[in-house]
Amino acid sequence: MTDTLLSVENVAVELPTPRGNLRAVDHVNLTVGAGRTLGVVGESGCGKTMLSRAILQLLPKKAKLSGRVMFDGLDLVQLSPEKLRKLRGRSLAVVFQDPMTSLNPVLTIGTQLIETLQEHLELDQAAATRRSVELLAAVGIPAPEQRLKQYPHQLSGGMRQRVAIAIALSCEPKLLIADEPTTALDVTIQAQILDLLAREQRRRHMAMILITHDLGVVAGRTDEVAVMYAGRVVERAPTPALFKKMRMPYTEALLAALPRIDAAPHTPLPAISGRPPDPTRPLKGCSFSPRCRYAVARCHSEKPDLAQAGTAEHQYACFHPIENHADASA
Amino acid sequence: MMQQSASQNPLLDVDNLVVEYPVGARTVHAVSGVSLQIARGETLGLVGESGCGKSTLGRAVLQLRRPTSGKVLFDGHDLTAMQGDTLRLMRRRVQLIFQDPIASLNPRRRIGDIVAEPLVISGVTDPTKRKQLVDEVLSAVGLDPALVVGRLPHEFSGGQCQRICIARALVLNPEFIICDEPVSALDVSIRAQILNLLEEMKARYGLTLLFIAHDLAVVKAVSDRVAVMYLGRLCEVGPSEQLFARPAHPYTALLIEAIPVPDPDVRPTETVPVGEPPSPIAPPSGCRFRTRCPRADAQCRDVMPELRAVAPGQFAACHHPLI
Repeated sequence: MTDTLLSVENVAVELPTPRGNLRAVDHVNLTVGAGRTLGVVGESGCGKTMLSRAILQLLPKKAKLSGRVMFDGLDLVQLSPEKLRKLRGRSLAVVFQDPMTSLNPVLTIGTQLIETLQEHLELDQAAATRRSVELLAAVGIPAPEQRLKQYPHQLSGGMRQRVAIAIALSCEPKLLIADEPTTALDVTIQAQILDLLAREQRRRHMAMILITHDLGVVAGRTDEVAVMYAGRVVERAPTPALFKKMRMPYTEALLAALPRIDAAPHTPLPAISGRPPDPTRPLKGCSFSPRCRYAVARCHSEKPDLAQAGTAEHQYACFHPIENHADASA
Repeated sequence: MMQQSASQNPLLDVDNLVVEYPVGARTVHAVSGVSLQIARGETLGLVGESGCGKSTLGRAVLQLRRPTSGKVLFDGHDLTAMQGDTLRLMRRRVQLIFQDPIASLNPRRRIGDIVAEPLVISGVTDPTKRKQLVDEVLSAVGLDPALVVGRLPHEFSGGQCQRICIARALVLNPEFIICDEPVSALDVSIRAQILNLLEEMKARYGLTLLFIAHDLAVVKAVSDRVAVMYLGRLCEVGPSEQLFARPAHPYTALLIEAIPVPDPDVRPTETVPVGEPPSPIAPPSGCRFRTRCPRADAQCRDVMPELRAVAPGQFAACHHPLI
C-alpha cells in the first residue's frame, strides 16, 4: 500500500433548489494513494463533478458540504480561503472539460502560464518564461515560443487542452483532478491527451483522479475505479476486478449497454430501462433498485451500505451482488 | 468514378457533391467531391471527426444547404434541381434527427402540437386524423400519448426528448431519415435505448438511414455499411464488419486504434503523435490525410487518390492501402 495522499471522508453535498434540497453527493468515502490513479465513472447527474468540486473546495456558494477532505495532512474543509488559494494550482491542480472556459480569453497563453509560475513558485520573469517554454514543449505543443504570444482562440481544442494541462502541471502538483478532460475532443485527439496525462503522471509521480462517463477511458489507464450512481459510490475496486468481477448490477448494466467495436452490427444492446432517480426526492431503498433486474423487496426499502459488503479492496453497495462470473470473460 | 454500392437502384445517389462557403475572403472546402449510394432499407454510417464535413454533407443531401456542385438523386429525382413546392413535397419523404434533442423542440409548444406540426404543414386538416396519427407514432417510440401530449419539452429528459424527435420524424411516414449524431448528447444507459429504438423503427417503418456520428462503436452497432470521411472527402467505404476487421485506409485504422476499449487487459497503444487535422480553408494538396499519415510520400502530395476497390464491396482512397 502506498501512502494515502487524499482521503474523502463521509462527504455530502446538498444544493438548495426551488423543488427542495438536491443531494448531489451522498456520503462518499474515497482514498487516493500518492502516485496512484483513481477513475470516477458515472452518468450525468451522478455527482462526480460535484465530488471533484467538493475536494477542490470550489462548490457553489449555496451548497452545503459536510464531511472531511484530508489532503496531504490538511483538512481542506477547514482551511482558510487564503491557504486554499495557495494550495490550489500548486500541489492540487485541476483540468476541466472545456479548455475554452478554463483559459482566460483575453490573456495570452504566456501570461497565463507565467502568472501561475510567478504566483506559486516565485520565479522571476525570465525564469518563468523559460519554464513556460519547457512546459509547452513537454505537453507536445509545436513552436512553444510563438505560442506564448497567442490567445486561446487561436488554438484548436486539443491544443487548448494541452495548454490547460501545462498550466495544471506547471507547479508539480501532487494530485491532478482531471474532470472529463477529453470529452470535448475528437477521438484521435483524446488518445493523445490521455497518453500525455499518463506520461506526465509517471514522470512526476503525481496522483490523479480521472473523472469520466466513459468506461473505456478508465479501463486501461487507472489503478482503481469508483462507480457513482445518484450521488453515491456504488462500487469501488481495483480496475481489473471492476471490469472482470463486478459485483454491483449497475456496473454490469452500464458496461453491457456500451456499443462495442468488436460486436456484430445490428446486435440489440441490453439497455438499462428507465432513468436515474430525481435527486431532490430521495429514495428509501437502493437508488438503482427501480432499474435493477435483480431487485427484491428489501432493495426498495433499505439502502445497502458500501462498507458492509466486500473486502477492503473491493466494495459494493448491493444486497444481491452478482456472484457468478463466466470464465469466458477472463 | 467507381460505384460503391452493390445495389443497382439506390434510394439515394449522391454524385460528386461539393459544398463550399465563403469565410471573409477565403473559402471553406467543407465537402469536396463526395459520391455515395444508399440502397433501400440500408443503413449507411458516416463517421469522421468534428469539422470533417459529415453534417454539412447530411444537410446538403436535404438541400438545407445548397451544394456548390454535384447531384443528389433521391429515388431517381435530382433534389439539387428542385425548388419551392416540388422540393417541399419531396422533403416529406426525407426527415432529419439532430444531436441536441432538447434544442430541437420548441420549448413553448406542447408535445402533441410539436409532433402534429409536420401533418399540419403537409395538409392533414382533420384534427381527429392528426390525433390518431400522433398517438400512434408516440406509442411506437415508447411514450404514453395520454401522458405526454399536453406537456412541454422541459418536463422531459434528454432521452425522452430524443424519442419525441424521432416520433416527429416518423409521423409523415418517411422513407429516408438522416440521423445527425442522434445519441452523442445522451448518457450510456439512455444511448442504448435510443439505438435500439432506431433499429426497431427502421424495421417497423421500412426505413433507409444515413447515420452520421463520430463514435465508431455506435456507428458499427447500427450500420450495414460505413463511410469514413476526413476533411471533406471520403477515405473509405465498406461493409461495417469487414471495414472494422480489415481497414484499408490508414485513417480508418487510426480511428479504430484510438477508441478506448472498456477492457483493462487491452493496454492502450501509445499513439503515434499524428498531430491535428489541418484547416478545411487550406486543405493539403493530393491526399488530404497525408500530413498525419505515416505512409505518406511524394505521390500522396502530388496526386489526389480516388476511391478504388480494395476488397469486395470495400473501397479506399489511398495510394498505399493497408490491404
